[in-house]
Amino acid sequence: MDQKTKITAENGKQEIVITRIFDLPVDLLFKAYTEPELVEQWMGNKVLMLACKAHGSYQFETRDEHGNVLFRANGVIHNFVPNHSVTRTFEMENTPFPVQLEFLDFEQLSEETSKLTMQMVFKSVADRDNMLKLPFAQGINMAHNRLQKLISKLKQQ
Amino acid sequence: MNLRRDVFQAIADPTRRAILLLLATQSMTAGAIAANFDTARPTVSKHLQILTACELLEQEQQGREVYYHLNAAKMKEIADFIEPFRKVWDDRFNKLEQVMKSYKAKK
Repeated sequence: MDQKTKITAENGKQEIVITRIFDLPVDLLFKAYTEPELVEQWMGNKVLMLACKAHGSYQFETRDEHGNVLFRANGVIHNFVPNHSVTRTFEMENTPFPVQLEFLDFEQLSEETSKLTMQMVFKSVADRDNMLKLPFAQGINMAHNRLQKLISKLKQQ
Repeated sequence: MNLRRDVFQAIADPTRRAILLLLATQSMTAGAIAANFDTARPTVSKHLQILTACELLEQEQQGREVYYHLNAAKMKEIADFIEPFRKVWDDRFNKLEQVMKSYKAKK
């Protein structure tokens, strides 16, 4: 089975390219990136600000049930061509990850299908590798937290 | 390629990741591993079987006991980390597709 989402991360290069084919017309795909309430639905973050235009900017955040900020990211939009392309920066606040540059290209394949190519450029190869490792590290962390809970439960017995 | 996918399926499960973490610093018997979990012993055995089948764990007979330990070479194979990263983006884009399809339907 061909994968709908593909990742290219060549050894020694400081970039990641993500491509995805959508069962959506290109204007709907593009809209998913520009309407705050839609962005919130699929990204799962709250949109604090989103100004979709050249020299615009954005800020997203996620809080836990106690109101603590779990995640906050921001960036500036350098270029904005509706249904075609967005060039922007992305930076996670209060993390060791430096800002990254993102080129998003939206392409119509047919009336009902479209393709997104997202090229992320990092400050260094090491930063690129850290970003690639993040989901795996989080997976291990979740397993670790679960283990910690089990252990403290065992201790109480 | 198939084998690779199996490895990532194996580590997709939180209990199996917890088992790998348990075995990171020591060899343990199935009983000792199972004692760390609320799940039934046969369930833990099943997880051990899967982890052994995709070569993340190795068994070693010591007297009457079978000890499990990590297969470092196979663990290293996961070290290119790309599949978990791809999975995050795939899930996110699946969500986008779903959100936009219902948005379109509502209009």
